[in-house]
Amino acid sequence: MKNTKDFAVSLVKAAMNKGASAAEVMIVEGSEFSVGVRLGEIEKLKDAASQHLGLRVLWEGRQAALATSDFSSEALDRLVLEAVELAQMTSVDDQLCLPDEGDYAKDWPDLALYDSELATLPTDRKIALALAVEAAAKNTDPRVVNFDGGGFDAACRGVIMANSAGFVGSYEATACSLAIVPIASENGSMQQDYWYDNKRKFSQLESPESIGKQAANRALRKLGGRKVKTQQVPVIFDQRVASSLLGDIFQAISGDSIMRKSSFLVGKLEEKIASDLLTIVDDGRIAGALGSRPFDSDGLPTQRTEVVKNGQLNSYLLNTYTAKKLGLKSTANASRGLSGPPTVTCNNFFIAAGKSSPKEIISSVKTGFFVTDLMGFGVNIVTGDYSRGASGIWIENGELTFPVEEVTIAGNLKEMLKQIEMVGSDLDFRDRISAPTLKIEKMTISGE
Amino acid sequence: MKESAIEFFTSRFNISLSEIGQLLSTALSKGGDYADLYFEYRISNSVMLDEQLVKSASKSISQGVGVRVNAGEKTGYAYTDEISLESIKRAALTSAYIAQNAKEQAISVNVTALGNNHNLYAVAEPLSEISASHKIELVKEVDQLARNFDKRIREVQAMFADEYKIVMIATSEGVLRGDVQPLSRFGVSCIADEDGNLQMGRAGGGGRSGMELFQTELTPKKLAEEAARQAIVNLEAVDAPAGAMEVVLGPGWPGILLHEAVGHGLEADFNRKKTSAFADLLGQRVASELCTIVDDGTIPNRRGSLNIDDEGNPTTNTVLIEKGILKGFINDKLNARLLGVPYTGNGRRESYQHIPMPRMTNTFMLAGTESTEDIIRSVKRGIYAVQFGGGQVDITNGKFVFSTSEAYLIEDGKITAPVKGATLIGNGPDALTKVTAVGNDMELDHGIGTCGKDGQSVPVGVGLPTIKISEMTVGGTKS
Repeated sequence: MKNTKDFAVSLVKAAMNKGASAAEVMIVEGSEFSVGVRLGEIEKLKDAASQHLGLRVLWEGRQAALATSDFSSEALDRLVLEAVELAQMTSVDDQLCLPDEGDYAKDWPDLALYDSELATLPTDRKIALALAVEAAAKNTDPRVVNFDGGGFDAACRGVIMANSAGFVGSYEATACSLAIVPIASENGSMQQDYWYDNKRKFSQLESPESIGKQAANRALRKLGGRKVKTQQVPVIFDQRVASSLLGDIFQAISGDSIMRKSSFLVGKLEEKIASDLLTIVDDGRIAGALGSRPFDSDGLPTQRTEVVKNGQLNSYLLNTYTAKKLGLKSTANASRGLSGPPTVTCNNFFIAAGKSSPKEIISSVKTGFFVTDLMGFGVNIVTGDYSRGASGIWIENGELTFPVEEVTIAGNLKEMLKQIEMVGSDLDFRDRISAPTLKIEKMTISGE
Repeated sequence: MKESAIEFFTSRFNISLSEIGQLLSTALSKGGDYADLYFEYRISNSVMLDEQLVKSASKSISQGVGVRVNAGEKTGYAYTDEISLESIKRAALTSAYIAQNAKEQAISVNVTALGNNHNLYAVAEPLSEISASHKIELVKEVDQLARNFDKRIREVQAMFADEYKIVMIATSEGVLRGDVQPLSRFGVSCIADEDGNLQMGRAGGGGRSGMELFQTELTPKKLAEEAARQAIVNLEAVDAPAGAMEVVLGPGWPGILLHEAVGHGLEADFNRKKTSAFADLLGQRVASELCTIVDDGTIPNRRGSLNIDDEGNPTTNTVLIEKGILKGFINDKLNARLLGVPYTGNGRRESYQHIPMPRMTNTFMLAGTESTEDIIRSVKRGIYAVQFGGGQVDITNGKFVFSTSEAYLIEDGKITAPVKGATLIGNGPDALTKVTAVGNDMELDHGIGTCGKDGQSVPVGVGLPTIKISEMTVGGTKS
């Protein structure tokens, strides 16, 4: 990394010297490489690095957060002054504080976040991968005629954090992704879909052949999609859309939403909120996983939190501030946009794998809807009302039949969670939020 | 700031016009056929209120230069957050790599500073120069007013954010243009609580203007009462209907329909690559003859407006659909050049770290002649949707969605009960052919829209008169 811990510590000291009661500095360095391909040629090539710095100061129970990409000493001097000035204008908030000294991360387990192979991977190799994933999709079927994007991305990110309670920490992490968006065409109508993999370690990335083929098959199976009649049927969420549902659940159990009473799960701690089959975990310490990190943005050691155990809500996800507000203990889920106070994020957030294979889940449905894509933002975390655009495949007598498009699925998250009838065994970690296939007893499909 | 954008960059970072020309020559040295430099300096401020406390004030400074090189359909891109000759030169060489298989060339570029055709958002005193204490007063006022509106309002969150962006674009065609772009947004959300029934209401607005906007059109009172009213209305909401039915959209922000149903599908990149459901439909009917839809980046003080786009071209008013016939696409430079059509001034990017793409500015439908009352009276069974959350489109199959946040049932020509939020889904190339009435009350939205495409967010506007769609699928739970 270009910057040092000492530099971060010196800025904390500078803020304290200007009268801050507490200060915290976070420096994020990043580099990104991306190659996009189209029809056998490179379409876009991007290669760059940047650095940003965030300074948060507390002043007698008040707070301000400033950020800059200008690291010149004049700019930083001004930043420190302005931070203290700005903090003085905000409200006194008696719950505001840095974590207690004994709570900070002290050990630095090897979480396998950095891959030196990826960091030094030659450009030609990255380009070749991007071309290979496209070729694999194209070669799957002659109806794969076009592409709406695809390529290989690699990123390195370094984080340094220091605060006036004496915490200093840093880590470096890499990530790469390979993705392709094929378009299949038949009888004048077109369908696109995508498949991808994200990993910290290059050698763990799914092969271009497998990603390309999976993407093509996903687009191909949508060809000839039609609406169905409005009705109530069992709905199966495939892995990808089950993860999106889990993302909605995260919003509902995040300390930010709970503190503001903006969640249908307010006041439900230790209550049964879901079917016995549902267990949800947040874990910041899975080696090599995309959501792992040694400490959160408050400097606390990350941990494993069983959020939901066999349907019972055991914990919210909290940072230091929201925990204090709610009279609970932080779960080390603090996140920082550099120019704002800490918010709550998830680390590796997943639904524990169940016992049923996706095939068994599909077979269990007489008439129902296997959803493979969701669209839009029709999820109300406050009320739980859920209404989203969907496409997928219709199920008759336990078999996938014809593709369905231009319909919505609707229900309420409160009931949907209780109506989870089957949980798939197919959990894999492709993103920070991961879920296996899920079956929900009944939702309203709106179509014709 | 009184100096021009070009003076700002050349003096602050000590870079001359001839050095800018040399950097562009470097970018083209490996055989590229077009290059540009995008200089950006951005100050963003915000204050946030929550639980009756101003919990934080923030300020962020971001600066950098992006270098782009085109070689045929290919784009090379690199950026640096260090605005110095040496760093920009390194970025220029990196982005030049895209054309590495072509012949090396020594092209000398001379840039000339040009003025802008428009002056759409001259602000006497930029919001970024106004003390945070004034903005803090605004969020406190909005909190109090929302709570005063009804005692069932329990939580209020308010945010005032402003941005001051200075840009300068230099192209290998020799053009050098700059712009100073103010932007503000004031948002409030309320939670109403009636015996554990929690409902949310939201309001917000802003634009490329100064504090006067929040003293006249978008006062704390107006925003507070609007958000609180919505939350209270939603306490009474019944289950939304499910199935295909008549849909009436209110004026203003419901124009997000156009953004999703046709706007994205008409962006030139998707049409050049034939990945859009609208590819090959130019000159054909894609809407009823009541529909004329434009994308206009030249409306004063609007959130989606720009004097110049992020490629240095003046923005324009582009007719996309005229009386139902598809007339034009939304173009950036690369796609206009490859398609052989004129620029429309729609090349936009999120920041110096991003490659420009064809993007919308303010997209709206021109007013018709009917009154809102007549339109609603003509509906037997349907919904009347006046406020929306976000939307999304699959440009390839044309399917799009947008979700209501305030809507009512219409039964026998009368508005009856409010309904819970529901997603509406349709098919872009034919959804607007079902527009059977267009009202005389065209309104632009209040300035809250942010559009995402390929991971880049840019501010946009939409607008709509009241319209009736004869059939659309409403994603409620009640069949």
